[in-house]
Amino acid sequence: MRIELEKRPNISTLFSILSPFIALVLTIVVGAIMFVLLGKNPLNALYSFFVEPLLEVWSLHELAIKAAPLILIAVGLSVCYRSNNWNIGAEGQFIMGAIAGSILPVVFYEWHSPLVLPLMLLMGMLGGALFAGIPAFLKAHLNTNEILTSLMLVYVAQLFLDWLVRGPWRNPGGMNFPETRTFSAEAILPEMLSSGRAHWGFAFAIIAAILVWFMMRYTLKGFEITVLGQSERAGRFAGFSTRKMIWFSMMLSGACAGLAGISEVSGAIQQLRPVISPGYGFTAIIVAFLGRLNPLGIIAAGLVLALTYLGGEAAQLSIGVSEKVTRVFQGLLLFFVLSCDTLIHYRIRVIWSKLGGTTVEGGR
Amino acid sequence: MSIIEAILLTVITASTPLVLAAVGELVTERSGVLNLGVEGMMIMGAVCAFAATQLSGSPYLGILAGITSGAAFSLLFGFLTLTLVANQVATGLALTILGLGVSGMIGESFVGVSGIKLQPIGIPILSGVPYIGPLLFRQDIIFYLSIAIIVGVNWFLFKSRAGLRLRSVGDSHASAHALGINVIRTRYLAVMFGGACAGLAGAQLSLVYTPQWVENMSAGRGWIALALVVFASWRPWRLVAGGYLFGAVSISQLHAQAFGIGIPSQFLSALPYLATVVVLILISHNRRTTLINTPASLGKPFVPDR
Repeated sequence: MRIELEKRPNISTLFSILSPFIALVLTIVVGAIMFVLLGKNPLNALYSFFVEPLLEVWSLHELAIKAAPLILIAVGLSVCYRSNNWNIGAEGQFIMGAIAGSILPVVFYEWHSPLVLPLMLLMGMLGGALFAGIPAFLKAHLNTNEILTSLMLVYVAQLFLDWLVRGPWRNPGGMNFPETRTFSAEAILPEMLSSGRAHWGFAFAIIAAILVWFMMRYTLKGFEITVLGQSERAGRFAGFSTRKMIWFSMMLSGACAGLAGISEVSGAIQQLRPVISPGYGFTAIIVAFLGRLNPLGIIAAGLVLALTYLGGEAAQLSIGVSEKVTRVFQGLLLFFVLSCDTLIHYRIRVIWSKLGGTTVEGGR
Repeated sequence: MSIIEAILLTVITASTPLVLAAVGELVTERSGVLNLGVEGMMIMGAVCAFAATQLSGSPYLGILAGITSGAAFSLLFGFLTLTLVANQVATGLALTILGLGVSGMIGESFVGVSGIKLQPIGIPILSGVPYIGPLLFRQDIIFYLSIAIIVGVNWFLFKSRAGLRLRSVGDSHASAHALGINVIRTRYLAVMFGGACAGLAGAQLSLVYTPQWVENMSAGRGWIALALVVFASWRPWRLVAGGYLFGAVSISQLHAQAFGIGIPSQFLSALPYLATVVVLILISHNRRTTLINTPASLGKPFVPDR
């Protein structure tokens, strides 16, 4: 058996819409097989994983809380990836945004003013953007691979946060727990609806997605991003600067990740702890690809991935499978998304007999 | 044994997984494939080696399981990027995410179980040589394997016909294809070799470095190995030098803590990652040398025309 690819003359519109759904179905099928191997009833397991979290109001709020950072980060990443800048250190930018935004409520906790919250959000964005500025600078001016530098800085950010909350920022009245003091009321991002915990971070995510969608679709900047991403040479002929694009896309995605970080801390956790993210920065990479790097698609993809987090917790409680299943689901999903994307550009021929290859003709 | 010898021993133990994973990736990249999934293959190797050792009682079967699982896992990457020409960067990331997830699940029942440490094998006569004997000739089999693999890869790439073919595939897949070399098959084999080496590196982590299973125990070593390949400008011997340098940096934090140096442990733990960044800057700021050394087809997909 052999698999041959035949390049389509045009990109398939049908499959560019269908491919994320095919990927989802395949993930669920493989997930069901995995549950059978674990000795669980696959229907029960899938039900508690993907349906149960959607049935109650409080858990819908949790869904919005988890989707907010995923969407916000992924929207920023989509700009990076479209322009061929591989920022994979969003997790670190998320953390640095959270730290920068927390300076006011942790260090200057005695300052009370309605300005605190807006300033925090601004500083969070700035923190994330500046931290993403490091790999941007290194790539734009010193030709250093941004994939490796942005990832290495994630570990640095995690250790820096760990040091802060165990050292200088530890709550003096906190019984030696590695936590900062809890934020005062004006430093807390309020809830959106009175029915539950979901905070305004979700609104930020939706707004960011719409703004970036508008930019990509209707502005020159959006065109520049697409051109430089598809062909650097063509972009240079059009007078676009690769270097400026590195800065722009990295700082934008850093700012998004930073805003996500401070929103999560100020809205959901309300203090800093050694670990503030269950890997949002990495999961957002999956969200970006599942949403086909389209900001509106990313909103839907963010909700799906947020569901896997909730489903993991729910399935652990109700059927006793490990919450580690979540990561497996997420990894599988990205695999299937990437393989289904092949269908957009190629026709796939599976040739069963050894002689069958001669029947395929053309392609180019 | 003196303190210095003891320190050097820990440096070797810390460096071996880096060198192993990096030399595998070096071969993969020489064939023109950028596999960013080293971290994922490594952690799969670590958990499978640990599990197999626990179940069979033999760490040697564990090593075998580590190698096989790494290679098998890399096939997944190969299928996506070579057969389905998916984006190599994204697929590599997927491999890492999936590897961390699957290893967490497999390893869940082994958390807290005390492992079986791979015992060193003394080489007669040579292990009696003062100073270098205990360091280099009273090591475990994975260390010996790592040296053999480096020597072998160096010979293969630069002295053998097959190695020349592999390099030609990495430098210009179109020309190699025109010459009748099976580009896809060559790349599959290179990817699997990379996976096997990463798996072996993982086995070293869970059988020698810290003989137990801890989630995410590879702790970014796969990524450091990727940086090492760039650092070594795709040459095996430079890779050894780089690997041992990094091993020394990463182990220095433990020794610094033992000596009670008053720097917060987190800063010392960040050293290997910062060192990686610094090294990458130093090595890549000269665009021309980078261009000369990088395999020209690295990361570019290949679809044979028919």
